[in-house]
Amino acid sequence: MKILLHSLPRRSWLTARRPLSHLTMATDPTIMSVTSSAQGMNMFQAVNDAMKIALETDPTAIVFGEDVAFGGVFRCSQGLQERFGKDRVFNTPISENGIAGFAIGYAATGGTAIGEIQFADYIYPAMDQLVNEMAKFRYRSGNQWQAGGATLRMPAGAVGHGGHYHSQSPEAYLAHTAGLTVVMPSSPKAAKGLLLASIRSKDPVIFLEPKALYRSAVESVPLGDYEVELGKARILREGSDVTLVGWGAQIQRLQKACDLAKEMDGIDCELIDLQTIVPWDAEAVEQSVLKTGKLVVSHEAPITCGFGAEVVAELQERCFWALEAPIKRVCGFDTPFPLVFEKYYLPDETRNLEAIREVVRSSR
Amino acid sequence: YVDTNSNNTLLRAHRQIVRLRQMDDILLNAQRQGRISFYLTCRGEEAILMGAASALEVGDPVFAQYREQGVLMWRGFTLEQFTNQCFSNILDLGKGRQMPIHYGSRALNYHTVSSPLGTQLPHAVGAAYRLKLAGEPNVAVCFFGDGSTSTPDFHSALNFAATLNAPAIFLCRNNGYAISTPTSDQFAGDGVISRAPGYGMAGVRVDGNDIFAVHAAVREAKQYALSKNAPVLIEAMTYRQGHHSTSDDSSQYRSVDEVLTTTENHDPLNRLEAFLKKHDLLSEEDVEVMRKQERNDVVKAMEQAERRPPVPMRELFTDVYHDMPLHLQRQQAQLEAHVKKYPEKYA
Repeated sequence: MKILLHSLPRRSWLTARRPLSHLTMATDPTIMSVTSSAQGMNMFQAVNDAMKIALETDPTAIVFGEDVAFGGVFRCSQGLQERFGKDRVFNTPISENGIAGFAIGYAATGGTAIGEIQFADYIYPAMDQLVNEMAKFRYRSGNQWQAGGATLRMPAGAVGHGGHYHSQSPEAYLAHTAGLTVVMPSSPKAAKGLLLASIRSKDPVIFLEPKALYRSAVESVPLGDYEVELGKARILREGSDVTLVGWGAQIQRLQKACDLAKEMDGIDCELIDLQTIVPWDAEAVEQSVLKTGKLVVSHEAPITCGFGAEVVAELQERCFWALEAPIKRVCGFDTPFPLVFEKYYLPDETRNLEAIREVVRSSR
Repeated sequence: YVDTNSNNTLLRAHRQIVRLRQMDDILLNAQRQGRISFYLTCRGEEAILMGAASALEVGDPVFAQYREQGVLMWRGFTLEQFTNQCFSNILDLGKGRQMPIHYGSRALNYHTVSSPLGTQLPHAVGAAYRLKLAGEPNVAVCFFGDGSTSTPDFHSALNFAATLNAPAIFLCRNNGYAISTPTSDQFAGDGVISRAPGYGMAGVRVDGNDIFAVHAAVREAKQYALSKNAPVLIEAMTYRQGHHSTSDDSSQYRSVDEVLTTTENHDPLNRLEAFLKKHDLLSEEDVEVMRKQERNDVVKAMEQAERRPPVPMRELFTDVYHDMPLHLQRQQAQLEAHVKKYPEKYA
């Protein structure tokens, strides 16, 4: 493919970043077909619907965390206590290590524990419980004990004005821990199916919900009970020139970058949403890169030791001879997440477009 | 307390303490000889373990720290099972993955021990809450040392148990030391029990070298926890007679005189034996015969455990997840191919 980059016009998109709520959601081809009717839902409603179904279908399931009783600070548990009672949907004291440890003990005794950490930025007090206990529970006991019934949900990612402690994407810290499954949906429909699969998984799951999508992303979500398989990426857009890999709210920026690359340069991008960060679907990315010969990985989290580094390392090993250009990462910078500089910090569609162009330009 | 049934219980407790001491002595020496990599005794704290275990049922899940092998022994964990774990052989229930003394048994409702201190405390709350919702007539029991009360998990667990009305028993073994740190460096308040009212929960301090006192406290605590759906904190005062572990020489931070005096005057086994002898339930000859027999049994179990083959290499990769993910399957295949290529390096 040949592109005349020098002839590209300067366009207003360079300065006019639109808010997330103006973006539309892609359809999700990986969701198993469901016969029930569907309804327009945003992400918090889809999460709420998943928990409602989990509580209905599993009498041992409980929902707990800080402020979940009145519906949660993001409305995810709205109406659940009224419907299922105070024993099954309840507040805990403010203690993340307590929430995680409680979930482990409840799950190890045969129950289904759906805990909430109010923001992913506050997962760190629970890291000992997650890394040393939850993740190793099955392994260290020789499979006598397991905490697979535990799921911890938490809002994650940038939200426009979250500053240091309401914006973080800690998936790479968690991904380095054998035994945990780490999931991050990018749409309401996927969120519901992935959350139900996470709650029912035989392994403990950390479920990161992009809080920017709670209200802004709306799509038709099936009302019935369905699951989206963990560990499987979904190809959101087929393309032949370059592979883009991302997850969570970053998918929206990548959609936009794909549109721009097509519209302005005629570049045909293939977009892959990993959905499950660990164990991740390297095979899907490999198949794509064998076809396109080029790869761009993008995430909100800082670049150094971000999960993008893992994707890059694995793909260069699998696809070295098929690669036509160096793999590029478009990520957050190696700084704390800044308040007033958010628009410069985030790997937005413009930075991604630039990376796509560079990768295509430098390809042999 | 001293009726026929209790006499049987007492004699069983005594026998198990004798067995436990023999096991601790022999495995401690096995470590000194380099036959196992690590060991940790519970010498001096046996009355807490047997006193508590005998007041509970197997239906009561136990979350232990690591110095509680007596509870597991009371429930029926055999000398073979203990030694298999310490030697990481093919019959180790934990598949050789954890350091010695990190015991666990699903069948005996004893959650597998892990090294991080205090982490088991909130687990016990989750388990107690589950038992309550399921309507089970059981309590979750959590053991920990005085040092663990300084961890954030101790605070979270007690506060969660009290606010969530969880029938859990928190049993602290206050033995005076956390490795080299005396309790005076651990907390400035009145020990551990003074925390109970702060969390709004019931609590009692007992003489941890008195098996009757511990048994009664745990028995009452269980009844209370079940009838009120509320937690109970028990602080059992004792003394760590041995070194912290085989990696520790306690003479570096406490006097031999202190150890000898406390051990002579407050040993739980001596006290129990004095009671049993006074009531003509036991003679010194009985004890001698018993010691020899237990010693032989431990040595026999150890020698058998030592001869058993190790856990096969494939178990390095299993049980990380319920099903082995693709990337682990690949890593396993890579290792197998490598070892096959260089067998002499891994013989």
